[in-house]
Amino acid sequence: MLLNYTTLEVDVAIIKYNAGNICSVANAVRRLGIEPNITDKADEISKADCVLFPGQGEAAYTMQHLRNSGLDRLIKELRQPVLGICIGMQLMCRHSEEGNTDCLGIFPADVKRFCPTLHSQKIPHMGWNSLHNLKSPLYEGVNEGDFVYFIHSFYVPQNELSVADCDYIEPFCASMHRDNYYATQFHPEKSGRVGEQIIHNFIEIARPNHD
Amino acid sequence: MSLAKRIIPCLDVKDGQTVKGTNFVNLRYAGDPVELGKAYSEQNADELVFLDITASYEGRKTFTNMVQRVAAELSIPFTVGGGINELADVDTMLNAGADKVSINSAALRNPQLINEIACHFGSQVCVVAIDAKETDGHWQCYINGGRVPTDRNLFDWAREVEQRGAGEILFTSMNHDGVKHGFANEALARLADMLSIPVIASGGAGKMEDFRDVFKQGKADAALAASVFHYGEIGISQLKSYLSQEGISVRL
Repeated sequence: MLLNYTTLEVDVAIIKYNAGNICSVANAVRRLGIEPNITDKADEISKADCVLFPGQGEAAYTMQHLRNSGLDRLIKELRQPVLGICIGMQLMCRHSEEGNTDCLGIFPADVKRFCPTLHSQKIPHMGWNSLHNLKSPLYEGVNEGDFVYFIHSFYVPQNELSVADCDYIEPFCASMHRDNYYATQFHPEKSGRVGEQIIHNFIEIARPNHD
Repeated sequence: MSLAKRIIPCLDVKDGQTVKGTNFVNLRYAGDPVELGKAYSEQNADELVFLDITASYEGRKTFTNMVQRVAAELSIPFTVGGGINELADVDTMLNAGADKVSINSAALRNPQLINEIACHFGSQVCVVAIDAKETDGHWQCYINGGRVPTDRNLFDWAREVEQRGAGEILFTSMNHDGVKHGFANEALARLADMLSIPVIASGGAGKMEDFRDVFKQGKADAALAASVFHYGEIGISQLKSYLSQEGISVRL
């Protein structure tokens, strides 16, 4: 059983913007006993102990929204732990083939479109697939081969910042970590107990007085 | 390893209560769809489908409240269906926290609805359910819970549904549904070969071998069932161990 926090212990901000699944992420944080602050206000995001950057949507459109609202600069300047989820992870890269979009450039990686080689390789990559080569505190208590829920048509190729890999059509990067920035291509908020563990681990990394 | 084949229990909900009986000995509130959904989630069900079979306005509100509770309490993806006739209904369900919506008769009456859902919310949200019956080798689509035949052929309709932007097809064979002698594997394999979106097989699950066959012969991406799970005839954990032994990739 995971720790159940009291609300006062940790200030979790969820960046509110025009992307889907923000509710699902908020629900997942609530299941850990924390009421998250869903906000687009710069001062509230900046002072949070940790920041969740969820997403479901189209790269060019969501990136444009981030630029228009100034959230693009804010996200790049954050110093507390930040977790990008799905399109959140893709937008943290340099560039995406989706809509030929220049992204935030936090991770020096480029986002590609899946190219199926067999009829049975359907796009989007949707459903439960397994994680391998786990190497971050984010995956404390998660086992090699554990399954998580994916839904995406674009992917980040394997790279040196990868802290978890997955295999669909070819091996690809399922999760990245650099400095205070963490990201998952999959949806921890929809990945059952394994996903709960990962969100819990992220909050543990961020928790004040964490030793 | 590869993408896991999905096992999906389907819950029929009327006035906020699950309709089919349950055989979970340790479940105090088997009639509560949220509690039942949780029990399935704990047994490693990969997704859930909640079908609203209420007709009344009050019933719809109860269902929406239930969807909110499911979204708050469950950490696996779920689809809702029944009574979704227009874009506003989809919006209500997604706002309540559903991951996907399933449309059936509404899609056959107004195929453009598929395009609208895909365009506004993305293909991944749009599951098109097709009920069809085979007579003399011809598969005919039905609406209104299988009561009213249409002039549409299963395979033509499935292709159109894909072209219009559906994210998945949930195919129920009316010949096999409730009979418990296996899924419509021939028709399913034909759909899988023809389409490039996932196919969820429904109708006919009776024993564990039926699930093996629907994945191996029917080439389905997911299998949906109701009564074999609700009445405890097949446990989901037990089913997945069996499928894994049979060489099928499942999430254990």
